[in-house]
Amino acid sequence: MTRTVLTVDDSRTMRDMLRMALVGAGFNVVEAVDGEHGLEVLSAHRPDIIITDINMPKLDGFGFIEAVRVDDDYRAIPILVLTTESDPAKKQRAREAGATGWIVKPFNPEKLVDAIRRVAA
Amino acid sequence: MDELEAIKVTFFQECEELLADLEGGLLAMQEGAGDLETVNAVFRAVHSIKGGAGAFGLEPLVRFAHVFETLLDAVRSGSVPNTVELAAVLLRASDILADHVSAARGLGDVDMGASAAMAAELETWTDPNAAPAAHAPVVEEAAPVAAAPAPVVADDDAMDDDDLGFVFVPQTITVEAQAADAEPGNVWTVSIRPKSDLYRKANETALLLRELSRLGPIKATLDDSALPALGDLDPEAAFVTWSVRLETEEDESAIREVFEFVDGDCDLEITRGEGGVQDTMAALLTVAEAPAVIEAVETAPAPIIEISAPAPVAEVVEPVAPAPAPVVEAAKPAAAPAAATPKATPVEVPGPGQSVIRVDPERIDRLIDLVGELVINQAMLAQRVGEYGIAPSSNLAMGLDELEQLTREIQDSVMAIRAQPVKSVFQRMPRLVREVANMTSKQARLVMEGENTEVDKTVIERLSDPITHMLRNAIDHGLESPEERKAAGKNPEGVVRLAALHRSGRIVIEVSDDGKGINRERVFGIAVKKGLISPDLQLTDEEIDNLIFLPGFSTAEKISDVSGRGVGMDVVKRSVQALGGRISIASRPGQGSTFTLSLPLTLAVLDGMVVDVAGETLVVPLAAIVESLRPKPEEVRPLGPVGSVLAVRDSFVPLIDVGQALGYRDHSPAPTDGVVLLVEGEDGSRAALVADAIHGQRQVVIKSLEQNYQQVEGVAAATILGDGRVALILDVDATIAMRRRDGGTPRPTEPTLIAAE
Repeated sequence: MTRTVLTVDDSRTMRDMLRMALVGAGFNVVEAVDGEHGLEVLSAHRPDIIITDINMPKLDGFGFIEAVRVDDDYRAIPILVLTTESDPAKKQRAREAGATGWIVKPFNPEKLVDAIRRVAA
Repeated sequence: MDELEAIKVTFFQECEELLADLEGGLLAMQEGAGDLETVNAVFRAVHSIKGGAGAFGLEPLVRFAHVFETLLDAVRSGSVPNTVELAAVLLRASDILADHVSAARGLGDVDMGASAAMAAELETWTDPNAAPAAHAPVVEEAAPVAAAPAPVVADDDAMDDDDLGFVFVPQTITVEAQAADAEPGNVWTVSIRPKSDLYRKANETALLLRELSRLGPIKATLDDSALPALGDLDPEAAFVTWSVRLETEEDESAIREVFEFVDGDCDLEITRGEGGVQDTMAALLTVAEAPAVIEAVETAPAPIIEISAPAPVAEVVEPVAPAPAPVVEAAKPAAAPAAATPKATPVEVPGPGQSVIRVDPERIDRLIDLVGELVINQAMLAQRVGEYGIAPSSNLAMGLDELEQLTREIQDSVMAIRAQPVKSVFQRMPRLVREVANMTSKQARLVMEGENTEVDKTVIERLSDPITHMLRNAIDHGLESPEERKAAGKNPEGVVRLAALHRSGRIVIEVSDDGKGINRERVFGIAVKKGLISPDLQLTDEEIDNLIFLPGFSTAEKISDVSGRGVGMDVVKRSVQALGGRISIASRPGQGSTFTLSLPLTLAVLDGMVVDVAGETLVVPLAAIVESLRPKPEEVRPLGPVGSVLAVRDSFVPLIDVGQALGYRDHSPAPTDGVVLLVEGEDGSRAALVADAIHGQRQVVIKSLEQNYQQVEGVAAATILGDGRVALILDVDATIAMRRRDGGTPRPTEPTLIAAE
């Protein structure tokens, strides 16, 4: 069965990059432009994996992850955060919010798929 | 790689939007908006540019964006105060960032010196102590005692800035010697005791085991001795310890990497050799409940998991690695309707502040073309119905009226789709003003109004150049130097106003300054000196002001970098006219000048007068027509061998036979036999166009002649009339110019025309 990945990023470029890598690796991709939108798409598409950016308008990555984790329906979904240059503080905050793992930008498709494999059954 | 190239195009488009957001946010900050949302938006813009640039390996852009972002992050966290001075620096930084983006795109270069200087300035703002220390290390060494307190404070600040949120994550450093020792088939013992946090973050022991099995054959055993009785079991808690025997050629760091995501969420021990774990093993367990592990087992060469534990134990253990999703899903079918919620459209969603849908502009252009055809078709239908002599009160005629109304509404709606706010052009202007003010050593503040005024995309694209020119002109020639302004009792900072508004079906752009106004004496003197006018001409103030639009006129005494690029206001005027627009000027000495630009809202339709000339049907743009009249014989005066002029009130206007001008006929009929259209060219010059008959006024859809045929002098475009015939749209200015150039027409009495000669 094709697994669905929800990508949440306010940057169109980044969403396109993720889509290209994920579709190339055989995933189905749904997208959202910020945390609030992410929660809407989440309930509509029930993705198997979530990849989210941190800096976003409206609801940022931390808030988005927390909101996913308090929802019994979705709290077991693995969430990967996109971070830049392995910013330790942000990574740590994302983990505290409930992130499963992270992907350091810039990423290549192998790195991305590798990270997904590590968190998704 | 095509796909990647396409994303790169997207990236640069996005950069444009982000740079605009950035500048908008910074301008708001400069106006005193210190709210967190503005600062956050500004930060995100730079952050996103950096992120995308990183993905494409655009190194110089990434480096500059990084320094920029670091400072913005500090502003965001409050450790660097958000001041108006800072906003000014950030604005200049945004200009350099824009240059980097352009350079990355292959459009232009970055002044690397300026970029490095700005990066250093940004770093100084981020950490005020770093740069002085770097600049004056000797001083610090020379006076260590005196300097000592400062660095301490500085360090504390630095901690606040950058490091307070930093949580040290224990890291195991791989000892190289150990790795070197690794022999084939090396055996490791990995002990994993997950904490409940590991599951809270949706990590999964089974997946960790699967990852380990990728390194080599594993044998996993479970210690469930800490597991409480079922009745006391907290299903969210973690009780078990896994012990894994791993045979791998990889070193310890590779094993540790498997646990990167669960660092701190489980107790992890990695030891070489068999370890004593098996001796303390309380139970061995099947992991039949964890299919992922089984999968791993199947791919492994040796039997790995010893099955000896009773099934019930496995059942109890299972909740420890919770997989609540499917269970809850089954229990909550109510969640399903949410899946049908239409508002959650995942693909191609708008960025904040953007238009709602993205459509290829070509599709809209096609739609506009089609609606144009519809308008023509409707007109043809109406004409046919008219030819059959059907009464206007009949059902058919009334239905046709409704159709006409609908068609017009569709046309308006479709045009509205392509309409865009002038903001996209306006937002490039603050930078221009900063740069020009800098270059000319003037102080200028740009005030913009009506940025959301909408106008057709075809017009928007061509607004940029005239506005740029007028703003340059306003600062360079309009505003005085700060000293002059002070002496005149003005604020040293000049104000340049850029405004857009709708007025009677046209868009009006105004560029005004509060500078010294046009120096009429000087303008007149220059025009005389350059031979543009004769020195004994009597001109009104307005006429003198209009001299600056003459080709070859430039008031700049020295050719500056800014305005004197070999082109003057005449170029602005010509490009505005090419759009069917007008430009005018109003100036008051000591108080400033206002340039007013008026353009049609669209270049797709035109109000025109349909006329007959030598058996051909032509359309004359209504905007150019002052009046139409039937000349009396005494008003027509011959002038020279072939020309003649028409007396219109106090002046004489050259008569131009359109049929002859376009080559339809060699000999003009007497003007008194036809109709004369008194037209005004965009430069204010008047002419009387002679046509045979007038058919009335009509809105026509413009069809480009260049695209469908080729450019024809004297013809602006073409259209299709109601009866299906193609009619040419007359280019009034070109017709006047042709006539003048061909020498058939004498000089009229109006001074501007003399000047333009």
